[in-house]
Amino acid sequence: MTLNDSMSVRDLSLSIEGQPILKQINLEFPKNDITCIIGPSGCGKSTLLKCLNRLTDNMDNVSTSGGVYVGEQNILTAKEAELLELRRRIGLIPQRPCPLPMSIYDNVAYGCRIHGLHSRRREMNETVEKYLTAVGLWDEVKDRLHKSAARLSIGQQQRLCLARSLAVEPDFILADEATSALDPISSKTVEDLFVQLKKDYTIIMVTHTLSQAQRIADHVVFIYLGEVIESGDAKQFFSSPEKELTRKYLSGSFS
Amino acid sequence: MKKIPAKYIEERVMKVLMILCSLLVLAFVVSIVWTIFVKGIKSISWEMISQVPGKEWNTSNDGGFLNAILGSLMVVLPAMVLGAAVSIPVVVYMNLYLRRSHPLSYAVRLAFDVLYGIPSIVYGAFAFTIMVLVGMRASLLGGIVVTTFLMIPMMIRSGDEISKSVPDEMVDAAYSLGATKWETLKVILRQVLPGMITAALLAVGKAIGDAAAVMFTAGFSDAVPQSLSDPTATLPLAIFNWIIMPEPFPDRCYGAALVLTIIVLILSLAGRWLGSRITRNNI
Repeated sequence: MTLNDSMSVRDLSLSIEGQPILKQINLEFPKNDITCIIGPSGCGKSTLLKCLNRLTDNMDNVSTSGGVYVGEQNILTAKEAELLELRRRIGLIPQRPCPLPMSIYDNVAYGCRIHGLHSRRREMNETVEKYLTAVGLWDEVKDRLHKSAARLSIGQQQRLCLARSLAVEPDFILADEATSALDPISSKTVEDLFVQLKKDYTIIMVTHTLSQAQRIADHVVFIYLGEVIESGDAKQFFSSPEKELTRKYLSGSFS
Repeated sequence: MKKIPAKYIEERVMKVLMILCSLLVLAFVVSIVWTIFVKGIKSISWEMISQVPGKEWNTSNDGGFLNAILGSLMVVLPAMVLGAAVSIPVVVYMNLYLRRSHPLSYAVRLAFDVLYGIPSIVYGAFAFTIMVLVGMRASLLGGIVVTTFLMIPMMIRSGDEISKSVPDEMVDAAYSLGATKWETLKVILRQVLPGMITAALLAVGKAIGDAAAVMFTAGFSDAVPQSLSDPTATLPLAIFNWIIMPEPFPDRCYGAALVLTIIVLILSLAGRWLGSRITRNNI
């Protein structure tokens, strides 16, 4: 297991109660780039994201086939212990930020504690400061680290969730419309963060906003009705899409 | 004068009705509490709450009802702990380990809904039959066991409702950090514990006032029980006994009712305080 692992999806199909949601998905997520997954509501893009760290385990009546590979390991068939380690390496930023019911400090420290990282107090303090600084939250919260995370504004909560994910030293970050619940200013802050972070992480984000994908994506995956219609380099994708359906989607004929 | 549209009149009528209903409930509570406090404080004495009944208790005010006060607490507090020890794992298992829609989860939920609806006298009578079968006499232990069974469905039902309020994102967040189910559960417990404590104390409030469940199982005694196999007095049963006597003792009844109310009040205030301390960080 090295940092050179990249993530890929091979022949992934998923159905819920027999209804196919994802059909034969094949994708590569290039390292240290931002890949945006776009598509109309209900096309399966959030479900695809959930497959990437196997949160599909928590859904009812789901059956999957194919694989999601980090390096050579298939997440979908990984054993419990391997799965936990893989999940640590894949951070998730949810659509609605959800701090854990503990203090700001403990939110960041939680992941480290369950993985037994930084057992010394001083080390932990440094880690918490480092990642809160990385998401630009340190100055705002340094005087109330031991207060409840629930009292932060929603934009701050989202950055806290990001810090919490980064603290366990993942290689990948999954973001599910991570800015859609935020006001324009917080949304911009989080977006800028992603651009900064891509030098260290591989970022895969689902987004609803085409303009956001245009601003920050290096690669784009367009999904429609559970199928990958087109995927590739962002510049080329937006300037000269190959498929008719993509052109229609980009021009706003449907959404 | 301009005609007021019907929808505004409808809203006003409904609003007045809602206010009236709320006031009715409030009036009910206030009048009960008021009566108990006013009459209770007048009749209660130090002797009543510090002594067990004297030899002449059924003809004069000889002694007090310390046996019933301690008896009630000795039945209900262990029952609360036992009840919570059974209910919390059930709630957690139904909601986190099993999917909410799992058949077993469904069956358990249905079972507890049914249990919830069974009157306490039936619990009492049922337990009594079993006790007779195994040759057990009315005792503190019997009272504790039946009261535990009385509380479990109440706790599980409220716990189930509380667990539904845990956002899916929180579960996903813990999992995506690489937490095991057990670690995730500990996070979820922080979120649901205050609610569970409130639920447990509500159940205690109900159970401590229940005479029917303990009537056959805990029996009655003029002494404070010394062991689990001794029968024990309880406050509601004591009140019941005094009321049905040929010459009732209203003073003692009001005194005992006051003590019972105060115990419930203390328990629920303590629960709120404890809950708010744990909830400091809740979402």
